[in-house]
Amino acid sequence: MKSSRRNFLKIAGIAALGVGAKPVFDTFAAVGGHGPTEPAPIFKSSEEALTANHWAMVVDTRKIRSERDVAPLFRACHQVHNVPDMPLKRHEIKWIWAESFHHAFPDLHSELISDKIARTPFPVLCNHCENPPCVRVCPTKATFKRESDGIVVMDYHRCIGCRFCLAACPYGARSFNFFNPDDYIKEVNLKFAKRTKGVVEKCNFCEERLAEGIIPACVEVSNGILTFGDLRDSRSSVRKLIAENFTIRRKVHLGTSPAVYYIV
Amino acid sequence: MPNNSKGMYNKNLVIAGIVIFVILAAFPFWFNVGRSAPAPEIILTEKAIAAEDCVRDKEYMTLEHMQLLDVWRDAVVRDGKRIYVNPKGVEFNMSLSNTCLDCHSNKEEFCDRCHDYTSVSPYCWDCHIDNPQGD
Repeated sequence: MKSSRRNFLKIAGIAALGVGAKPVFDTFAAVGGHGPTEPAPIFKSSEEALTANHWAMVVDTRKIRSERDVAPLFRACHQVHNVPDMPLKRHEIKWIWAESFHHAFPDLHSELISDKIARTPFPVLCNHCENPPCVRVCPTKATFKRESDGIVVMDYHRCIGCRFCLAACPYGARSFNFFNPDDYIKEVNLKFAKRTKGVVEKCNFCEERLAEGIIPACVEVSNGILTFGDLRDSRSSVRKLIAENFTIRRKVHLGTSPAVYYIV
Repeated sequence: MPNNSKGMYNKNLVIAGIVIFVILAAFPFWFNVGRSAPAPEIILTEKAIAAEDCVRDKEYMTLEHMQLLDVWRDAVVRDGKRIYVNPKGVEFNMSLSNTCLDCHSNKEEFCDRCHDYTSVSPYCWDCHIDNPQGD
């Protein structure tokens, strides 16, 4: 037969391919072939965790008489979160701090305001905006808005220190570590991580405490100045306060929709 | 063929050069012959010995702890999930400081020895406190 040699070569070729392919298939079969014996690990939240659709805070500034009423909030927060106390103002790291009405609400300020308002220190912090500009500008998604509860969280592992977020945040709620903060933390909270030189940091609405079922540190020591709750739950403590009192928010016209409300 | 008997120009120089090159290139090998560093000995704290089981079995932890920590980091920071249930059904708080280093509070004798030996320098401890008990 004329075609027998041709057929022989074809069959031989296919057979060679099959023999050659077997070790490859064996390798693929071995990968991922281990472990049907043990179940995959599970990740879950604690049952004690406090949850909300969007966490929010109401600051009752009527209860603030002087700096002495708000200083404990700042101390508590900065102690819990290992926030360094930098010697120079321009290197300052702050998660929650005091501003005058004029600085906190420049768009609402007029030349003549009541003495009481002019004297009151307004506690300010990250507003955990419903439409956060810092999240939009972050090139590495180190800052992101948590779907589950609306907290604007920072992933310090991913922060490259570009400081776009410092420029984007209209509230000055973000601080950059120009130096190693290690040397400036007075009393280290051993249960919480520190930050390193070259990353940005800010208030995290005590996300780590909420996970354990504890309210934020500043709220805890505020003697009723701060109220914390779910903005989406019409029966929550914050919604009740907002419904019963006239509240203002910082720089609303910018469209960030802050989740920190102030009763004045 | 007048040159055929020579075969190679500057034969002596070339061969000497090759020999010197090989000796120099192999310097790290012959220099270190017979004095390879022994694998480090890991010391467990009493708490770690008493606990017997780690988060996963020893072999997995030795090979894959960096992978485990990476997955933990994403689960906690990005997804807000803080509890890890291992294949045996035991629950752990996913925290480098408060879980891992709570048992392994001897960073120098536990973490650093292997990391130095394998010449890796993870910067976990720039932020994460290595001994949350402070002892």
